[in-house]
Amino acid sequence: MTTFHWAEQRKKPAYLALEDGTIFRGWSVGAAVDRVGEVVFNTGLTGYQEIISDPSYAGQFVTFTCPEIGNVGMNAADRESLSIHASGLVMHACNAASNWRSESELGRALKDAGVPALAGIDTRRLTRLLRDQGTMKGFMCVTGAADEADGVAQARAWQGLDGQDYAARVSCAQPYAWDADGRETCSWGMAARLPPADLKIVAYDFGIKWNILRGLRRQGMQVTVVPAKTTAAAVLAMKPDGVLLSNGPADPAALPYAVAAIRELLGKVPMMGICLGHQLLGLALGGRTYRLKFGHHGCNHPVMDLAAGTVAITSQNHNFAVAAETIDTARVDVTHINLNDQTVEGIRCKAFPAFSVQYHPEACPGPHDAAPLFQQFRTSITVSGCAAR
Amino acid sequence: MLIGSGPIVIGQACEFDYSGVQACKSLREEGYEVVLVNSNPATIMTDPEFADRTYIEPLSADFLSAVIRRERPDALLPTVGGQTALNLAMELDKAGVLEKYGVEMIGATAEVIERAEDRSLFKQAMLKIGLDMPRSGSARTIDEARKVRDTLGYPLVIRPGFTLGGAGGGIARDEAAFERIVQQGLFLSPTHEVLVEESIEGWKEFELEVMRDRKDNCVIVCSIENLDPMGVHTGDSITVAPAQTLTDREYQNMRDAALAVMRVIGVETGGSNVQFALNPANGRMVVIEMNPRVSRSSALASKATGFPIAKIAAKLAVGYTLDELRNDITRQTPACFEPSIDYVVTKIPRFAFEKFPSADPVLGTQMKSVGETMSIGRTFKESLQKALRSLETGRAGFGADGKDDPFEARDDASLEAALRTPHSNRLFDIRAAFRRGWSVARIHGICKVDPWFLRHLEELAAYEDEIRAAGSLAELERDAARFMQAKQFGFSDRQIAWILQATEDAVRAARQRLGLVPAYGLVDTCAAEFAALTPYFYSTYGSGGLPEASPTAQSGAPRRKIMIIGGGPNRIGQGIEFDYCCVHACFALRDAGYETVMVNSNPETVSTDYDTSDMLYFEPLTLEDVLHVYRHEGCAGAIVQFGGQTPLNLARALEANGVTIIGTSPYSIDQAEDRKQFQELAARLGLRQPENGLATGADEAEAVAARVGFPVLMRPSFVLGGRAMVIVFDRETLRTYMREAVEVSEDRPVLIDRFLANACEVDVDCISDGETHVIGAIMEHVELAGIHSGDSACIIPAPNLSKSVKAVIRKQTFALAEALKVKGLMNIQFAVQGEDVYILEVNPRASRTVPFVSKTTGVPLAKLAALVMVGEKLVDLGFTQEFIPQHYAVKEAVFPFTRFPGIDVVLSPEMKSTGEVMGIDGNCGLAYLKSQIAAGNRLPKGGGVFLSVRDEDKGDAVELARKLKQLGFTLYATLGTSTALWKAGIRDRAVFRISSGHPNAIDLIESDEINWIISTPTVGTEPAWDEVKMRAHAVTRNIPITTTINGLRWSIMGLKSYQTAHGHVKVRSIQEYHERSPPVRLPTRVSGKGLQA
Repeated sequence: MTTFHWAEQRKKPAYLALEDGTIFRGWSVGAAVDRVGEVVFNTGLTGYQEIISDPSYAGQFVTFTCPEIGNVGMNAADRESLSIHASGLVMHACNAASNWRSESELGRALKDAGVPALAGIDTRRLTRLLRDQGTMKGFMCVTGAADEADGVAQARAWQGLDGQDYAARVSCAQPYAWDADGRETCSWGMAARLPPADLKIVAYDFGIKWNILRGLRRQGMQVTVVPAKTTAAAVLAMKPDGVLLSNGPADPAALPYAVAAIRELLGKVPMMGICLGHQLLGLALGGRTYRLKFGHHGCNHPVMDLAAGTVAITSQNHNFAVAAETIDTARVDVTHINLNDQTVEGIRCKAFPAFSVQYHPEACPGPHDAAPLFQQFRTSITVSGCAAR
Repeated sequence: MLIGSGPIVIGQACEFDYSGVQACKSLREEGYEVVLVNSNPATIMTDPEFADRTYIEPLSADFLSAVIRRERPDALLPTVGGQTALNLAMELDKAGVLEKYGVEMIGATAEVIERAEDRSLFKQAMLKIGLDMPRSGSARTIDEARKVRDTLGYPLVIRPGFTLGGAGGGIARDEAAFERIVQQGLFLSPTHEVLVEESIEGWKEFELEVMRDRKDNCVIVCSIENLDPMGVHTGDSITVAPAQTLTDREYQNMRDAALAVMRVIGVETGGSNVQFALNPANGRMVVIEMNPRVSRSSALASKATGFPIAKIAAKLAVGYTLDELRNDITRQTPACFEPSIDYVVTKIPRFAFEKFPSADPVLGTQMKSVGETMSIGRTFKESLQKALRSLETGRAGFGADGKDDPFEARDDASLEAALRTPHSNRLFDIRAAFRRGWSVARIHGICKVDPWFLRHLEELAAYEDEIRAAGSLAELERDAARFMQAKQFGFSDRQIAWILQATEDAVRAARQRLGLVPAYGLVDTCAAEFAALTPYFYSTYGSGGLPEASPTAQSGAPRRKIMIIGGGPNRIGQGIEFDYCCVHACFALRDAGYETVMVNSNPETVSTDYDTSDMLYFEPLTLEDVLHVYRHEGCAGAIVQFGGQTPLNLARALEANGVTIIGTSPYSIDQAEDRKQFQELAARLGLRQPENGLATGADEAEAVAARVGFPVLMRPSFVLGGRAMVIVFDRETLRTYMREAVEVSEDRPVLIDRFLANACEVDVDCISDGETHVIGAIMEHVELAGIHSGDSACIIPAPNLSKSVKAVIRKQTFALAEALKVKGLMNIQFAVQGEDVYILEVNPRASRTVPFVSKTTGVPLAKLAALVMVGEKLVDLGFTQEFIPQHYAVKEAVFPFTRFPGIDVVLSPEMKSTGEVMGIDGNCGLAYLKSQIAAGNRLPKGGGVFLSVRDEDKGDAVELARKLKQLGFTLYATLGTSTALWKAGIRDRAVFRISSGHPNAIDLIESDEINWIISTPTVGTEPAWDEVKMRAHAVTRNIPITTTINGLRWSIMGLKSYQTAHGHVKVRSIQEYHERSPPVRLPTRVSGKGLQA
């Protein structure tokens, strides 16, 4: 018979303190470390492994609205980066795995990665609080080192993510070539065969998800990943056919070096931006970004392609957005909007081959509806005449 | 034009009323004129206000063509009426009717339906888009079969071509079995062909609900995972939403596949469901099938997520796109999105094997369940326990309620066998195995249920001991955290009471002292991401703090809240008719300005559509759960009259806990249902009852039988649908019955009545406000007393009752209404022997016949009754006079016999029908004929008829045989009947009894010489083997069987009218039939009394 730890769970010895003073009690299912973080919620029903390994979640506590988590364990193929980037996890129930692809348990992986996590949390109440009050700073205490009042104080004292450059923290230290043998791109459930890589792409790593790289490679692009702070000159020196601006954590306004680089690259090389990359392109094109009340984190966001009039169900994960009213419509077209709240989801530079989307065409987790955007990137390169060959 | 799905049968229940109602509303909202055809009078969709013209006519191509000829619709929407509507649409298309009258098929075209339904076309389409299906090959010789085997490997499914119900097939796991089954299959197949297919038994099964619009926007509304692995029909499987054991990559690949299937099959707009199987060892995914229409699963998905698939499908069919439609629940965001849910939904099927003791209870690929229940909980554990107690099978959850003995008593070998064989109680065997210390791995190895589910079940089984370890209820009360954990795991008060040897009341009291009550979560489609305004709730423990939205807070002036308790899962004896009444109560009270609170647990129904009531609570119908809702909402009263036996059984306990039961008091209900009290009442009122008595033991029963004389009618008290009701002819059977009946109902005695032979049974529905009593209708049964009223056909207006008998019936009805202080509806069953009127039963509640009466007379009885219960007067409502229509309506019952091969089809006091149809016509015979066609008894217009009647019926049979001859039938009869006919000068062809030689009836069936069987069962003893075999065989060949003389008499009358009319049977809408119905005045928000003073 399995051993259960009900008595321990009933004590609810761990807690999450929010900056507004609210306490959510539960028990620890991750590493024994206390952390501060920004509390967000994700409404996806699948893909917790992809979520927590997405570097965009750096600095954040992810609350899963889906109550049963851990069901499929963890496996090497589904990683979106080498480590778990979320600062902490908040769950209703953390289960043992049952899936033929599982290689380890979620709880084990969290402990190994040094990431704290809570279970036994009333996640619906927490979600409603965040929805109504907006994203909040929090302190996750699993060691018993701080009492609750202290926890609230720590949450309040933390500087938060606004104005913080988290991209530099999660970006690679050195440029590297993506997946020379194609093995990672062809991991389980992905296309088995790859076209020859005939285009050279430089991908800015602001916290890049591997499936972006897989998506590019599947379009016949050979990708070199470069650190966030790589200069435009250095990129151009690599003579890329296109530049990908990746997703990433925190606040785009804290990355002036990236905006400067993008400005310089505009017109010189076709660009595609995703999520943070989209916000950076927006900034480079003269727009401004702002913080959404509680962001978009989930796999079910309807995005309308304004030209085609069709809707894609998209994977999303962002707290900041490009402000529609700040977009210079003389230079930039808004190509996509979110049907839930009408926020800007995609822009295209009129003069140069550069476009970006706020959502995640690489999915993982989430629907594949937007995957053709990688094809579109390829097309924009091949028709722009900027191709080196 | 919309086609409904007809009568409730296994596999097609009220989910198609739900989808049909949504489609009708949705299309009329857009200004379309809707013509509806459905033979089922118990549906909400056939209420005259839901369509412009409603035809309650048989669902056959002939009748539909007649409706099309008359109505000339522009388009036909065939996708909301189940398989029935889809098949009929195909028939109409093939017959050229649609083309001839220029009717466009919308939602799904004929080509699409063909591609989805035809196995080989479907397979081609799947291969074209690179999707996998179970691999197979066909073989005409054993060598060919071996070759196929060598490419596929064991286990293999062998399916002989064109045998009935797949007879002769099987699963081969080794060479010996393979050789044997293939040889047998090749022999049995008329085409000497077998299909050798890889077995996917034990794989995981999933379903996705897809919607698509004309711009090719696609969304998945819901993913569903079956707890029961492949091998059990999905309708008979326990299912869970959302899918729990898929990685994102697996799920997204499945999603891509589902969208690809929808596109290649060509469903341009609307909803479809796609079923997949997944090999749990390596993730290989195969497509099982797709349905290009709304389905039982889509109804479940709608209730599980709040996304109204049928409503949206109808809008998409007329050209909207998903982004143009609003999400009803949030009212801010569009319908073009994929719901995310923050709870777990469990559906459990409800079976009726107790009704068919000789049927095979093993679950397989053919659906056998008659209903289902759904529950919502934060976790799988909570959800499953709630679902199990919602099932109303007497269980209080996942065991631990004192009813586990049959499972725990099994020895290891039989427990293992019980785990291996899918059956309706397998969960309790799993519990027993865990209680015995078996591991998840071991149990998984036997039953293949995914370990993810098993682990939760193990935890529940183990937690019983954690509760027990508290020592006593008082100790548990001191350990509030442990108590809370038990509630979060879904343990009911009843389970906790059993574990701690306390009472349910004491557990509830302890909980209340601790403030341990559930919170209510909102079904909001978006996992709380957006504020939701539609009040659709479920209970869960351990959630709190922020109250969810409630319309009470928003709607200004406070309104009186009335709770309506629904009927729970469909079962035989309690089905859509009661849901119809509940829905009508909601409509009437809402219109009158009351706030209606619906509580129900059946996902198929209209009552659990969030549009029906002001507030919907999807909850188990137990005292614990209902009481919470009542108190949480602060209701002013609860209606228990409309949901059948389920709420009635709760009435007294609710009242004892402070619930105001409105309408007829529980005291009166008891008075009518308790035999002793009722006997006194009948005596006081001078009403005649068959001599009767009560017995709790066999000796007592024998004494009663000796006093009143055999045959006697025996039944337990307080049951619905004639459960365990039998006619007993001798002492021995009586003793056996007393031994077995005790299990049926614990502390209630058995009722014993003298059986009234050759009596005509009469049903009366009556409404009363305490001052005015009005009869809704007097219904004359076609079958004689002794056959359950739910199983017999009945006719309005009563064609054969004398004026004086009717006068007596009316007088007695009013006397009872008066004496029982009825406020609302009352149903009485009388038996009429000559001019003698006996009272059989009184039910001071809405009966199964209410919708039939309303569809016939045009009087909204259920609505009037609901209003009367809240204090309106019939005088003010404008209904004070019994209305007798100028036309005839016949209700006929529909049976599930084809689902249980080999069982006998005879009627008895035990109800067996699952549904009903109605035939309506100016001519009584034609109305009967229509009812027969609608019920699927396609009476032939000529040809061979086989007659075999019991001795008592020989006299009548002679007279009727003569009429059959006049109608042009050729008669075949067995010796006894034949002799009787020859003596009367009627020439027939004599045949052998099945046991005595050839040719016999079965030979005649096989050679197509007869197309109608008249066989009245031998009375008293077990029916003869011959008869049973013949009738069962006829069922499998779809040959109509008439088992009563009265049924035959009416059939002949119908056929005669048909001949007289030269086959021109007219169709008319019920709006036309209702033109002369009395106008009633239903109160509005302004004139009603819903607003609080």
